[in-house]
Amino acid sequence: MSTDLSRVADPGSIKLYTTEPDHHDPITLRSIGFWLYMMSDIMIFAGLFAAHGVYGDAYGTSKITAAQVIDPISALFPTLFLFSSVLFFGLAGVALKNNDRKEVLRWMTAAFVVGLVFVLQEIWEFVKLAQEGAVPQASAFLSDFWTIVWAHGLHVIVGLIWMAVVLIQVLRDGFTEAVVGRFLNLRIFWFFQAVVWVFVYTFVYLMGVS
Amino acid sequence: MFMNLQGPWDPLFGRLPMLLDLQYNNPWIMFAFALVVLGGGTVVAALTYYKLWGWLWRDWLTTVDHKKIGIMYIIIGLVMLFRGFFEAAMIRTHQAMAVGPDSPGILGAAHGYLTPFHISEIFTVHGTLMILLAVTPILVGFMNLIVPLQIGARDMAYPFLNAVGLWLTAMAAGLCMVSLFVGSFSHAGWVGLTPLTELDHSPGVGVDYWIWILQISSIASTVGAVNLIATMLKMRAPGMSLMRMPIFSWTAMGTNIIALTSFPLLTVAIALLTLDRYVGTHFFTADGGGNFMMYTNLFWLWGHPEVYFVVLPAFGFISEIIPTFSEKPLFNHTSMIFATMMIAGVSWLVWLHHFFIMGSGPQVNTFFSIATMLVGIPTGVKVFNWAFTMFRGRVRLETPMLWALGSVLLLIGGGMTGMMLAIPAINYVSHNSVFVVAHFHNMFLIIAFAIFGAVTYWWPKAFGFYLDEKLGKIFFWLFWGGSVFVFVPMYALGFLGMTRRLDYIAHPSWWPLLMLEVVGIALYAASVAAFVLQVYVSIRDREKNRVRTSDAWETSRSLEWATHCPPPFYNFGATPIVHSNDEWAWRREHRLTTLKPENYSDTHMPKNTAVPIVLGFFVGLFSIAAVWRVWWVMGLCVIGMIATLIFRAFQKDVDYVIPADEMEAMEREKLDQIDHRAQDSAQQTGEMGEPEIDGHAHG
Repeated sequence: MSTDLSRVADPGSIKLYTTEPDHHDPITLRSIGFWLYMMSDIMIFAGLFAAHGVYGDAYGTSKITAAQVIDPISALFPTLFLFSSVLFFGLAGVALKNNDRKEVLRWMTAAFVVGLVFVLQEIWEFVKLAQEGAVPQASAFLSDFWTIVWAHGLHVIVGLIWMAVVLIQVLRDGFTEAVVGRFLNLRIFWFFQAVVWVFVYTFVYLMGVS
Repeated sequence: MFMNLQGPWDPLFGRLPMLLDLQYNNPWIMFAFALVVLGGGTVVAALTYYKLWGWLWRDWLTTVDHKKIGIMYIIIGLVMLFRGFFEAAMIRTHQAMAVGPDSPGILGAAHGYLTPFHISEIFTVHGTLMILLAVTPILVGFMNLIVPLQIGARDMAYPFLNAVGLWLTAMAAGLCMVSLFVGSFSHAGWVGLTPLTELDHSPGVGVDYWIWILQISSIASTVGAVNLIATMLKMRAPGMSLMRMPIFSWTAMGTNIIALTSFPLLTVAIALLTLDRYVGTHFFTADGGGNFMMYTNLFWLWGHPEVYFVVLPAFGFISEIIPTFSEKPLFNHTSMIFATMMIAGVSWLVWLHHFFIMGSGPQVNTFFSIATMLVGIPTGVKVFNWAFTMFRGRVRLETPMLWALGSVLLLIGGGMTGMMLAIPAINYVSHNSVFVVAHFHNMFLIIAFAIFGAVTYWWPKAFGFYLDEKLGKIFFWLFWGGSVFVFVPMYALGFLGMTRRLDYIAHPSWWPLLMLEVVGIALYAASVAAFVLQVYVSIRDREKNRVRTSDAWETSRSLEWATHCPPPFYNFGATPIVHSNDEWAWRREHRLTTLKPENYSDTHMPKNTAVPIVLGFFVGLFSIAAVWRVWWVMGLCVIGMIATLIFRAFQKDVDYVIPADEMEAMEREKLDQIDHRAQDSAQQTGEMGEPEIDGHAHG
């Protein structure tokens, strides 16, 4: 509550303004904004998963069921690729702490390549599905299945583009404040994609065939 | 591609050849077109004549200054509010004309002067635009303008992101204006009822316009929310704990938490609908396993929190205005904060009350009914706090105070009818009646009143001169009269059983009440004229109406009044240290109103950048191409957006430093202008503010 005048011995001595530089650490400031953005991204997936609760078995007149198009065993490989990519990016983070530029570049390249493999394999899987007639237009379930997997896939693609940018910047500029800020936010983003994939794999793949 | 489109399509021009078949013989559209060309032409001509394009580009279009961005948001909102008023006037006059089988019909309509499809477009665009492109930008604009000043910050946490949000909103507004002349607008209601919005039932481009307007403004709001929350969490001046943050900033916090969590759900709902229309998926279709109530749920999961998104800042305006003009601290600052956050929390538990008649069963309806009534508790706390603030205060009925009081009175009426509608049994008979329409317009009028109060209240802060008091009062009373005459008869018509969205009224006995509403619309039209005149007169007499000190109302309480009017681009010469809930009032009571710090320091400021407006250009072009399904332009725009963002990531020269001596020189110039007047003013307000030191400051 408000300060009482009677408790202030000499009102003239009160400090009204400060010229000390703002204590806002730019990297912390960027990170908090990115965490807030991630919260809104979580809501996007929350909406999609809520929709999945409705569309999980909404086949309409289509004869294609979830058990026919979903194969948790073959989806295990992209899962492992994505997790390895996240692990490699985490190791790049460790290398950043050690201030080892070469090591950061090495692990980031590994994370990028494995992430790319994840996307390519998903494309391949879905091209196969489309050839079998399991297109998103066939039923509400398939619409939902394609949308939820590719909403995640789109995030991964955006992450890859971003990773390429940070990779070039680490190569060119080294660990400047802006580059490190971008690197750390990308790390949040990339780990988050693995977390979302855990949910996709559990709710869409594993529970889809049970 | 993917879909069977009605009408022509070719790879180069998409659906644009459809335009060749359209008939431009509607005099209303020609009138609107003439108005826009005239208005836009005047602005362009004036800018060219006075050679202001360079100034516009350097000082406004590429700015990252939160105050200028806020002002541009508010201008967009006011222009859209004006257009929304036109549509309201058309709906009201048309309905008053189209009563009974013998009523005349002109301009191709069987009754009245608007064809059924045209009036459907009008009420759809009225709703969409008023909520997303008028009220939301104005409120976001005020949050931009005031929050950093209130918390003693130099700028927003992410000035660049702030400009991106502005230009996305501007593009959504632009898209809405384009839809007026190029093609058509959605006819499916602002909520976009599925499966009516599906391609099978709405084959035109109207729904696509509506989709992209919603989608772009939704993303803009999310971006803005991230920025404002981070600003309030990290950028507060030393001494300002969260509980000392002024109430308007707190309501901005509540609002943006709502925005951050609810707008993504709109993004999902609209994205799924987009897939249905563009790719042919079956989310909300009537066939293929689609479920259109899923859309309604997702839409209102955003839609209801959105209601509190718009009302909370309005409560914030009221909470700033009432203490200033009661010359007392706000009654129970802490409970106001809790009430705000409670409203923000409960906003998540009530969405189903928009469709009690879905038939979810008594248990579900009971839950949502009780949750809805719970909103009344924190809102009641607020009303009593405002009342107790005025109690034994020295209430001055200046224009902002009139608007605030009008707003509180409307809140009581709107709140009461809201409690009625929260009861499912009543809702079963009143669903889709104009009683509901009157209720939510009543609620939105609270916001409109608070907005005009805020415009009057913060105008001297933003521009350095007052709005004309006399015309402001005329504006207020005309607007109040319009509100009473339009919406009291509408409540009555709702009780009589009139449903909403009618293009023909079959009940001749309703005619007198409909005519009363037209009287209200006439009063509204007069009030618009009064407002325009008020702004014109005030700008003309700006030298006479100069603000004398930093504290325009002389009894203001929070930190935005501790800097010059208008605030310099760096906001504060040196960062203020906060000692109290109402820092400026505390300084005034202790005779510490000097704006001159002991010394100055080097200050980091962000540089202006054209990247946000370029990004906005690509987004705008993308959405127009998407509406007309010109795939190659859409592709190029996506590449353009990614390239723009990557370009920004590689920009290194994004900020600069104001040296301490330069800052001192700029400040000295400003201080010299107001110094002796500030001395006078401090003596004056000292006399007025004296008893407060012991009396109320402890509250």
